[in-house]
Amino acid sequence: MNALTDHKPRTAVSASGLRKTYGKKVVLDGIDLSIGEGEVFALLGPNGAGKTTIVRILSTLIPADAGAATVMGLDLRGEAGAVRRVIGVTGQYSAVDDLLTGEENLLLMGRLRHLPATERRARATELLERFDLVDAARQTPATYSGGMKRRLDLAMTLMGRPRLIFLDEPTTGLDPRSRQTMWQIIRELVSEGVTILLTTQYLEEADHLADRIAMLDHGRIVAEGTPEELKRRMPGAHIRLLFADAASREKAARALNESTRDDEELVLRVPNEHGIQSLRAVLDRLGDDVAVEDLSIHTPDLDDVFFAVTGNVNKEKN
Amino acid sequence: MSALTLAAQDSATMFGREIKHSIRLLRLLIVSAVVVPVVMLLLFDYILGGTIGHGLGDAARGAPYIDFLVPGILIMTIAGGCGPTAINVSMDMTGGFVDRIRTMAVTRGAVLAGHVGVSVLRMLAGVAVVTAVALLLGFRPKASVGDWFAVVGIAAAFSFALAWLSAALGLVTKSVAGANGSTLPLSFLLPFLSSTFVPVDSMPAGVRWFAANQPFTAVVDSLRALLSGAPAGSSAYLALAWCAAIALVSFLWAQAAFRRGTGDMIRST
Repeated sequence: MNALTDHKPRTAVSASGLRKTYGKKVVLDGIDLSIGEGEVFALLGPNGAGKTTIVRILSTLIPADAGAATVMGLDLRGEAGAVRRVIGVTGQYSAVDDLLTGEENLLLMGRLRHLPATERRARATELLERFDLVDAARQTPATYSGGMKRRLDLAMTLMGRPRLIFLDEPTTGLDPRSRQTMWQIIRELVSEGVTILLTTQYLEEADHLADRIAMLDHGRIVAEGTPEELKRRMPGAHIRLLFADAASREKAARALNESTRDDEELVLRVPNEHGIQSLRAVLDRLGDDVAVEDLSIHTPDLDDVFFAVTGNVNKEKN
Repeated sequence: MSALTLAAQDSATMFGREIKHSIRLLRLLIVSAVVVPVVMLLLFDYILGGTIGHGLGDAARGAPYIDFLVPGILIMTIAGGCGPTAINVSMDMTGGFVDRIRTMAVTRGAVLAGHVGVSVLRMLAGVAVVTAVALLLGFRPKASVGDWFAVVGIAAAFSFALAWLSAALGLVTKSVAGANGSTLPLSFLLPFLSSTFVPVDSMPAGVRWFAANQPFTAVVDSLRALLSGAPAGSSAYLALAWCAAIALVSFLWAQAAFRRGTGDMIRST
C-alpha cells in the first residue's frame, strides 16, 4: 500500500428505497443506488423513466416520499445545507441569467459560493478559458449557441468546486460537435477526481462516459452494471429478418426454429454465433420461397440490453 | 462567518443582480413606471378632468381636479411596478434559476429579498418622477414637511406590500406571461374600483361598498389628505394596517412557494 491509496474508496451516493408519486402516478418505485467517489454513474432511460426525479431528490430540490439517502456521507434530510455545499447541479435547461454576461454569471455564482474576490476573478477567468468562452465573456447568453449555453451552465456549477456533480441530460438537443465537446469536458472533470451522476437517454453517451450504468424504466432500475457487464447479458449477435407479411414470417419461423419473434413488427431474430457461416446457414434454410424484405446483422450494444430488459422492442431503431 | 452575515451578503448579492437587471431593462421599466402613469395623468386631467372636476363637488375641497387626481396616479405608479416584478421573479422560477439557487448553500430568503428590495426602489423612483411631472403640470400640494414624510412612508409601505404580492404571484404562476397577467387586476382593475379617479360615493351601491373598503382606497385617501394639507386621521393608520397585512400574507405565501420551487411542476422526468 502506498500513500496514494491509503484513503479507501468512499461512497458518494447511497440511496435505498426511494419512492416518489405525483397523485396516482408512481414516478419512482423503490430506487437503490450506490455510487463510489470518483465514479461516473449514468442513469439511462427514456423520457418519463424517473431520471430527473432522482436527480431532483438527491440534489435536495424535492423530498422523496419514502426511502433514505446520503450524499458524500451526509444525510439528505437532516443535513441538506451541508449537502448543498459539496454538490453542483447542471440541469437539462440551461439555468443561466440571460440579462447578465457570461462572465457576470460566473462571478455571481462565485459570490453565492462566498468565494473571496480574488479567487472569484481567477476562477471565472480560468473557466472561461477552459470552456472556450473567452470571446463571449462580455456578451449575454442571448447571443450564445445551445452548446455555449450548456458550457456556461456547467462552468457556473464548477465555480464552487463541487465534489459531486449532477448532469441532467447534458447533451440533449445539442448538435454532434457540441456533444463531443461536452463529452471531452466531462472526461476532464473525471480525471480531476470529481464524482458524476449523469442522466441520459442516449445509450451511446452512457457507454462512452460511464463507469457504471443503471437502466431505468417506469421508476425502477431494470439493470445495473458496467457497460461491458450489461452487454454480456445479451445472448450475442443476431441476424434480424424483416418480412413483408405474416405468412412469410410463419414459414420462416418453422424453418428457423431457434429464432425469436417480435410481434410488433414482422421480424425474426436468429442467433448469429458464427458470423458468415451462420448467415449462410440461415439463407440456405430459408430457401427461395420465403420473401425476406430486409436483413441486418446485429452485434449487441446497450440498445439491445435496454430493449431486452424493458421489453420495449417496438421502439427499436433501424 | 455567521449565518446573519451570510444572509446579509447573499441578499446584497441578489440585490446587486436585480439592480443590474433593472439597468439593462431600463427602457421597458421607464414605460411601466413613468410613461403609463403620466399618460393616465394627462388623459384624466386634460381630457376627462373638466367634466369630472365639475362633478366632484365637496370632494375637491375647492381645488382643481389635478390635486384630487395625483394621489391616485401615484398609487397607479406603484401598482404599475407589480408587472415587472412578477415577470422577473417568474423568469427566475421558470428559467431554472430558483432551482439552481436551491441546490446551493445560499440563504433561503436572499433571492426574494433582492427582488423585493429593488422592486420597492423602482416603484419609489417612479413615484418621484411622476410627482415631479405632476408639479410641472400644475399639481399644487399643500403638504407640510411632516406630511411629506408621511406620504413617503405610506408610499414605501404600499410599495413593499405590493412587491411581496408580485413576488408571490411570480412564483406561483407557471409562465412569464401568466405572471404578467396575474398582476393586471392590481395595476388596472383595483385602482378603478377605488377612490383613485372619483370619490366612491358616486359609484353604484354594490361597487361602492367594495371600493370604500378595499386597500387601494385607504391608501389613496390617506395620501390625498396628506397632500392637500388636511388631517389624514385614521385613514393613514388604516392604510398602513392594510400594507402590513398584505405584506405579511404575501411574504408567507412567497416563502412557501420558494421552498417548493418548481417542485411538482415536473417538466420532464
